[in-house]
Amino acid sequence: MNESVKQKNAKLVRILVFVVLGMFGFGYALVPLYDVLCEVTGLNGKVEPSAVKEVSYVVDKNREITVEFMTALNEATPMVFRSEIKKIKVHPGEYYTVNFYAENKTDKVMVARAIPSISPGAVAEFFKKTECFCFSEQTFKAREGRTMPVRFVVNPEIPKEYKTITLAYTFFDNTETSVK
Amino acid sequence: MSAVVAEHDDHHDHGPAKGLLRWVITTNHKDIGTLYLLFALAMFFVGGSMAMVIRAELFEPGMQFVNPQFFNSMTTMHALVMVFGAVMPAFVGLANWMIPMMIGAPDMALPRMNNMSFWLLVAGVLLLASTLFMEGGAPASGWTLYPPLVLQTGKALPFAIFSVHLLGISSILSGINIIATIFNMRAPGMTLMKMPMFVWTWLITAFLLIAIMPVFAGAVTMLLTDKFFHTSFFDAAGGGDPVLYQHIFWFFGHPEVYVMILPTFGVASTIIPVFARKPLFGYSSMVYATAAIAFLSFIVWAHHMFTVGMPIAGELYFMYATMLIAIPTGVKVFNWTATMWKGSMTFETPMLFSIAFVVLFTMGGFTGLMMAVAPADFQYHDTYFIVAHFHYTLVPASVFILMAAGYFWLPKWTGHMYDERIGQLHFWLSVVSVNVLFFPQHFLGLAGMPRRIPDYAVQFADWNMISSIGGFVFGASQLLFLYIVIDTIKGGTGEKVTAEVWEDAAKHSLEWTLPSPPPYHTFTTPPTVIPTEHI
Repeated sequence: MNESVKQKNAKLVRILVFVVLGMFGFGYALVPLYDVLCEVTGLNGKVEPSAVKEVSYVVDKNREITVEFMTALNEATPMVFRSEIKKIKVHPGEYYTVNFYAENKTDKVMVARAIPSISPGAVAEFFKKTECFCFSEQTFKAREGRTMPVRFVVNPEIPKEYKTITLAYTFFDNTETSVK
Repeated sequence: MSAVVAEHDDHHDHGPAKGLLRWVITTNHKDIGTLYLLFALAMFFVGGSMAMVIRAELFEPGMQFVNPQFFNSMTTMHALVMVFGAVMPAFVGLANWMIPMMIGAPDMALPRMNNMSFWLLVAGVLLLASTLFMEGGAPASGWTLYPPLVLQTGKALPFAIFSVHLLGISSILSGINIIATIFNMRAPGMTLMKMPMFVWTWLITAFLLIAIMPVFAGAVTMLLTDKFFHTSFFDAAGGGDPVLYQHIFWFFGHPEVYVMILPTFGVASTIIPVFARKPLFGYSSMVYATAAIAFLSFIVWAHHMFTVGMPIAGELYFMYATMLIAIPTGVKVFNWTATMWKGSMTFETPMLFSIAFVVLFTMGGFTGLMMAVAPADFQYHDTYFIVAHFHYTLVPASVFILMAAGYFWLPKWTGHMYDERIGQLHFWLSVVSVNVLFFPQHFLGLAGMPRRIPDYAVQFADWNMISSIGGFVFGASQLLFLYIVIDTIKGGTGEKVTAEVWEDAAKHSLEWTLPSPPPYHTFTTPPTVIPTEHI
């Protein structure tokens, strides 16, 4: 192999290694890109992670939407977790408050976090919460149980075809990983 | 093969090193090609044995031989071994052997890196195999390694992840080497649009490799940090999203399946014209179709995840984008058929395997189109229908073409002719049994049998038994191939093969202008005449 080919090879290899490193970075860049894409397009039904300001809508008394509540725990979360009511009929534009009850079944302090999910995903942008225990981690003292409210409104602009919305929460035990 | 090459090269200045160490330190593209091919053949039987365990367990309903955890380890390891240990290394082996000889280069551009890619592959596969003996067993989450399931793997998880890293680095190094070889080492007059199709398809595949393997390495690294360092990329409790993993994985995963099929197309485009005794029909359209398929492979990934709850706009986009792939693929199938049209065809074993590839790959492609239809996919998703689909595009396609390549080039590599009668027997046993094995799985899938389960409802019993019988016959038939490879290396039929081996093959590609077997070093001075029959 003569010198000029060697030089050409070395130059090409440098470029290709750069491409490889770039693609490794791109793999990680997909993480924020994915969230940005969901946010921009409203795809995926991600629930807003923080409270919205309470604004008043024109209440649509002619329309009723059923909102169902689901609570879940996995086997690694030693808690009691339930909603006070299983479902409620709501008028779009009107604010409602529903209470949830969670209890730490261990004798130690527990830090837990509730992850929300809305189904069908496409209604997530019309479902606004002004108050929710899911916006931050919750610390429970040993054996502590408490009632926590969720205040929400369904935006009256929600398309006509939606008659039922399911709001689901899963509590995860984050005691070990929590920075506190 | 080693003994043969050594004998014929004793007169040469730079013959291979003596003894077994030759194979460890070699930087010769032919030696490394041989290592890759033999390693891939060995892994084909290892992965095949795992498939036999799966088919034995599924022979009847109920639990027979293995526990469910081990069964799922088998489905996972079978896929990983076949993809990363057998099919990909086999094509890299072909690339090592053939690309320098096809473009008139003395060797690969980066011979030492070439050696390193091979031994990293061996290390990666051994590390993967070692997970079978660890506490908690080998990964059992399916080869896609979806969280949160994969995070429940026992002690094996970090080893499996590091093994993926090693295999990825090995593939990336091969990819860089192949690109550098094709760009910088071509003989004078070998313009890009005169290159044999096999070289073209590998050039495009190499670009896919360097683009996707780093993304996969990133995805599994995220799994690793989620499990051991409290990151929350995919952990809902920390604000992550398990579906994100699927997006990243399939951004790698879809081009990855084309890494296995594009070189297949290249070999088919090489073999069919030789036995049809005609130039390849539509050479430039083949090149553009390959590039188009490679491009499309990057923008269709979420068709693997139609059921995760994507909004309708996403489903529609991925559905139409996926259907687009049928166009360049259709161009290829049309061109192969048109190449055979009115050709003076003969049906030696490599041609038989290639024709079976065209027919059976097309069938696999059609079931792919069925699943591209998002609403229909809800029925097929995660059933035996998808298992039938991708096995049709891998076994009677990639694997058959690898067999065809073996029969086609073994006489060139060894200087001996294989036994045509056993080759034909191998073909007919394989082509019948592969259909008995996989065709019933379409029916099982449509009837609702889920994949990756060790037990099933009794209504699936009959087709599973037929499928298993096909599987055992197919598995046993491959021992014929092993016999032929060993027999041909040791002397084959004893018939002296010419440089050309196949009638007029030298008009198609440069390797047939070299003696059979080729000397240890070839094209140290570049060839002056470039064959153009294939264009």
